[in-house]
Amino acid sequence: MISTGQSSSLREALAEGALSSTGEQGAVAGRKTGTAATSKPAAGRENAKQTDAKFVEFIDVEKMYGHFQAVRRLNLSIGRGEFLTFLGPSGSGKTTTLNMLAGFERPSQGVITLDGKSVDRLPPYDRNIGMVFQNYALFPHMSVADNVAFPLSVRKVPKAEIGPRVTRALEMVRLERFRDRKPTQLSGGQQQRVALARALVFQPALVLMDEPLGALDKKLREHMQIELKQIHEMLGVTIVYVTHDQSEALTMSDRVAIFENGAIVQIGTPDALYNEPATAFVASFIGENNALDGIVERVEGDQCLVTLPTGLKTTAMAIGDLCPGAPVQLAVRPERIASAGGDHSDNRFQATVDGRIYHGDHQRLLARLPSGQVLTVKISPDATMAAGEAIDLGWRTADCRAFPAGVAPDGNTANTGSVS
Amino acid sequence: MSSIAISGFKTRTIATDRSDSLRPLALAAPLLLLLAFSFGAPIVALLSRAVYEPTIANALPRTVAALRVDSARGVPGEPVFGAFAADLKEAQAAGAIYEFAKTLNTRLPGARSQVLRVARLAGQDRGVTKEAIIKAAPLLGEDQSWSAIRTGTNRFTSFFLLSAFDLRWTDQGTIGAVPAHQAVFTRVFGRTFLIATLVTLATLALAFPLAYVMTNVRPVIAGIVLVLVLLPFWTSILVRTAAWTVILQKYGLLNDLLLWLGVTSERLELMYSRTGLIIAMTHIQLPFTLLPIYSVMRAVQTSQLRAAQSLGARPFTVFRRVYLPQVMPGVLAGCLLTFILCLGYYITPVLIGGASDQLISNFIANYVNVELNWEMAAALSFVLLVSTLGLYVTMTRYLGLDLFKMG
Repeated sequence: MISTGQSSSLREALAEGALSSTGEQGAVAGRKTGTAATSKPAAGRENAKQTDAKFVEFIDVEKMYGHFQAVRRLNLSIGRGEFLTFLGPSGSGKTTTLNMLAGFERPSQGVITLDGKSVDRLPPYDRNIGMVFQNYALFPHMSVADNVAFPLSVRKVPKAEIGPRVTRALEMVRLERFRDRKPTQLSGGQQQRVALARALVFQPALVLMDEPLGALDKKLREHMQIELKQIHEMLGVTIVYVTHDQSEALTMSDRVAIFENGAIVQIGTPDALYNEPATAFVASFIGENNALDGIVERVEGDQCLVTLPTGLKTTAMAIGDLCPGAPVQLAVRPERIASAGGDHSDNRFQATVDGRIYHGDHQRLLARLPSGQVLTVKISPDATMAAGEAIDLGWRTADCRAFPAGVAPDGNTANTGSVS
Repeated sequence: MSSIAISGFKTRTIATDRSDSLRPLALAAPLLLLLAFSFGAPIVALLSRAVYEPTIANALPRTVAALRVDSARGVPGEPVFGAFAADLKEAQAAGAIYEFAKTLNTRLPGARSQVLRVARLAGQDRGVTKEAIIKAAPLLGEDQSWSAIRTGTNRFTSFFLLSAFDLRWTDQGTIGAVPAHQAVFTRVFGRTFLIATLVTLATLALAFPLAYVMTNVRPVIAGIVLVLVLLPFWTSILVRTAAWTVILQKYGLLNDLLLWLGVTSERLELMYSRTGLIIAMTHIQLPFTLLPIYSVMRAVQTSQLRAAQSLGARPFTVFRRVYLPQVMPGVLAGCLLTFILCLGYYITPVLIGGASDQLISNFIANYVNVELNWEMAAALSFVLLVSTLGLYVTMTRYLGLDLFKMG
């Protein structure tokens, strides 16, 4: 998506010390190996190392709005230089959590620490946290350059220093030639890049982003995701990102925290979340899943045998405490279902083709089980199958996960895909 | 074949474009005509009376001709007096003598009765000499009276406009101040602008915090406050002014309350005073200042204020550098609206203001209704209109404000 030319311009901007005044070239490498990654002066680095894993920490944080519990007993550590995403449906408490970290909301209970110190009594303007908003929140009466200069001028940075730093920040987001325009004269993507430059120009160690790409169209959003990721890698800044778009979360994050009803239900790397969802909700929220209801017949170690309503049986990974007779929800990824009898399939079923959807690089087959349930199966783009044709389906035990039923918030989400 | 078709198509498109641009105008034509006849024409006609005053010239054709051959200054010779008598005789016969005498009186205070006496004299057809006329009308023996008549015979006159600024043409042909006892209008204009400024500042002091509170409370409460502000707005200005009379008078509600609270020990003279006038006008004008401010305040996004804070700005800096610049257009629009409306206040100063609190509109009304000196009324209106327009243009041009855009 991003040409090498753009990427190299970013590198140049950094080499010129775009945002890190001490020219820490090592910061990027450092972050990747999990050691120091900071835009702080070198003097503070020894001390900083100890707090690297817990750069930001939420300890038993709760937030009540009257009787409504927006955030419940939140415990979370964010490492220095990490790109952490809060992912969840609207109303799941992710933005409230972000606002508590920014200082716009105060926790009803618990403590938030930043760099080892409690921020309980610290107003937002003293936290030194950059923030990017969904609606950009640019100041309409100021030019692009003045917007970017704002955090520097309120910090009483000398005028002679402000100019070059604004220029470098604008170069980083490739908006140098728009510096004298008013925000309203820019496109949505350009405005968000200005907001990004403004949130980064004062070298905050932590940047919060509240659905920053939500207002952009799909193509621009995907482009900006890569750009954001690159800027993150260049600067080694810690980013906490809020979104309800799971593909966005998977694309950019080091770790993703899944929010549901005010609590984090699972936190982990994108592939861990995708491959080993801890609850039916996570399984349905991240990626596409075939959901099937069943009853546990037998449990053996971490596996179990599940009977589907029509008597079909399948083996599955048992997640959580399951005992025979318990209702479960099965989740199988469309790409994990082998059609035409894969060799490694532990479970095999006869099905008929209901329809076929062509996606270019792959096809989706709608296959009806004898029980009447329709499964989505991802198949090769070259396969030709007509509706009504009989096929063999199969999946491995390891690819089918059985969750205790009743946990999923959404009963009717067979073939749940992206929520975006 | 095809090229013909294309060129024909093009012509039709152009023709359509032209009629398209005219059609909306044609739809608005009835309105524009109505505006021109009911609004534009009367204003122009009335204002033109400030500079075009033909009564004297029309009444004195012979005198004008005689003055032309006479000396340019001072009391003229016998022929002019003869012509003057002949003109007056004819004017009396035509029934125009009273209007002439009244008009001359505005330029030459006290001339009315003397001129009528000369006209009677001339009507008796006895040989009227310069000496006899001056005997009947002593004013006509003075140099300055004739310079007033000479300027009066000019159909286009700057007399009324100069008067509006308390200025006049002196006998030396220069512009100078009128005698102190005749000077009124600069003081009245000054007073009008002063009271308008005070009322504007008072409404701003009330409206700004109120609008801020309204944007930050729950919508239901904001709606209730808005209705409370607007409720008086929907009643007649006369009723509201009368209500203030009830509240402000010496034995009225406010004085009762102040005495009861022990704030004052004796009853205040709030009626027929400037304080009372400013209180009533502030109340009436509050919605005009409030609504534009409220509308811009509502448009400022909370996220911008949050962004400014997260970028390191303390609350006062956020207010000064992010909030105030964005609400300033509304503040200016509200203030300008109130200021301009205050310049034209008429009924409230009449009912609540004292004798020394009458504004320029009261004088204009007096000239129209009582003195029947429409020329002076037109001149004062002209000065008021021009200064108001000047203020509006300055605000829009140099402060980038547009009342029409503010809505």
